[in-house]
Amino acid sequence: MNVIETHCLSKSYGSTRALVDCTLAIPDGHIVALVGPNGAGKSTLLNLTVGLAMPSAGEVTVLGGCPAGSLPALDRIAFVAQDTPLFKNLSAADLLHMTRNLNLRFDQGYAERRLGELGIPLGHKAGKMSGGQQAQLALTLALARRPQLLLLDEPMAMLDPLARHDFMATVMMAVADDGVSVVLSSHVLAELERVADYLVLVSRGTVQVAGEVDDLLATHRVLTGPTAGVERYLGRWNVVHASPAAPLAHMLVRGDASSCPVPPGCKAHSLTLEELVLAYLREPSAGALPGPARSARRDAKERVR
Amino acid sequence: MEFRLHLGSGVPPYLQLVQQVEHALRLGTLAPGDQLPKVRDVVAKLAINPNTVSKAYRELELKGLAVGRPGQGTFIEATLDPVSLPELTKLRRSLTSWMATAEAAGLDDHAMTALITSVQHDFRERRGSEGVA
Repeated sequence: MNVIETHCLSKSYGSTRALVDCTLAIPDGHIVALVGPNGAGKSTLLNLTVGLAMPSAGEVTVLGGCPAGSLPALDRIAFVAQDTPLFKNLSAADLLHMTRNLNLRFDQGYAERRLGELGIPLGHKAGKMSGGQQAQLALTLALARRPQLLLLDEPMAMLDPLARHDFMATVMMAVADDGVSVVLSSHVLAELERVADYLVLVSRGTVQVAGEVDDLLATHRVLTGPTAGVERYLGRWNVVHASPAAPLAHMLVRGDASSCPVPPGCKAHSLTLEELVLAYLREPSAGALPGPARSARRDAKERVR
Repeated sequence: MEFRLHLGSGVPPYLQLVQQVEHALRLGTLAPGDQLPKVRDVVAKLAINPNTVSKAYRELELKGLAVGRPGQGTFIEATLDPVSLPELTKLRRSLTSWMATAEAAGLDDHAMTALITSVQHDFRERRGSEGVA
């Protein structure tokens, strides 16, 4: 099952094209890092997925084909928007009461237990809480709905390091206990590197890279060697980024040891997720989209059958 | 046993957990029969992906070092031969004499580390290619 699937999804705000022809398929059971520079289209993609915005063109479905924004979709998705919006004048208890009455499912016991563990008093007004407490309260309201898919838009931007850790621990416990699929957006990859096992890199309104982190790291290598030795391969291999500075050139190639054997005199290094993301951001024309292409084809075949 | 995570070390998180267990086995702080921390507890402590912990434990099982018992947890099954003390002393002594030679040749700490890392890399690479051939 794909938790999010888009086909040629586009969204324009006036003359601004926020998302252009975005095709994507994210399988379930992952913690997805949705990363990209500011203004790349991350929030637009999330808003379309939740149904808070309508596509200008294309389609988006969630949790195995439910149209975004439809009742079955809404019931199984939880979304915490940027800056964790809460009604500031309501107490935690009132917010629990309201959320329980606005949703088909709400685990009151979980919510109260969780807030107790976090030391957040039920009688306190949301507006009087610290940023970390507000974020935890918003997250607790989202998780108490027992979603299958949790979407968090820049969840930790406002939090101090300790609050970040606690916030992330709460999310990870939900993954461990209930197997929730999670999509976290951020323009700071480092925040997500320790948790994410799936990467979606959005840049200039399109999906540039998508795939399992382990696969991406296994299929990308940096080759370092004499400039002449490395340059010969520029046209032949899938080179993401090359810096042919003398005397040593660096070249990030996509391919394993069999498709791109190490040239004589060169060294191959594995790379970190951050290096990979930076290399792709520097080369907007390069792309790595094994996941969606494969999955979209398979789905098309299934539909034909 | 408590796990720690070093970000930016370049070592994947799951591998860090595996290495810490192996390290503890070599030092004798973990022994057969000991239970590894429950996945949920590691997740709560480190705020990491539960799949990372499961993957580390699976890796330890594949290496025959640990075994998962359904409903109970993961337990240490075997131990790693600790490097014997006389062997370690000998290796240490030869490395110290190498460092004295290197210093005499004008290498500072950073140059030595760079050389060791580079040779280690070549050594692994050669061993790796021999393994394939």
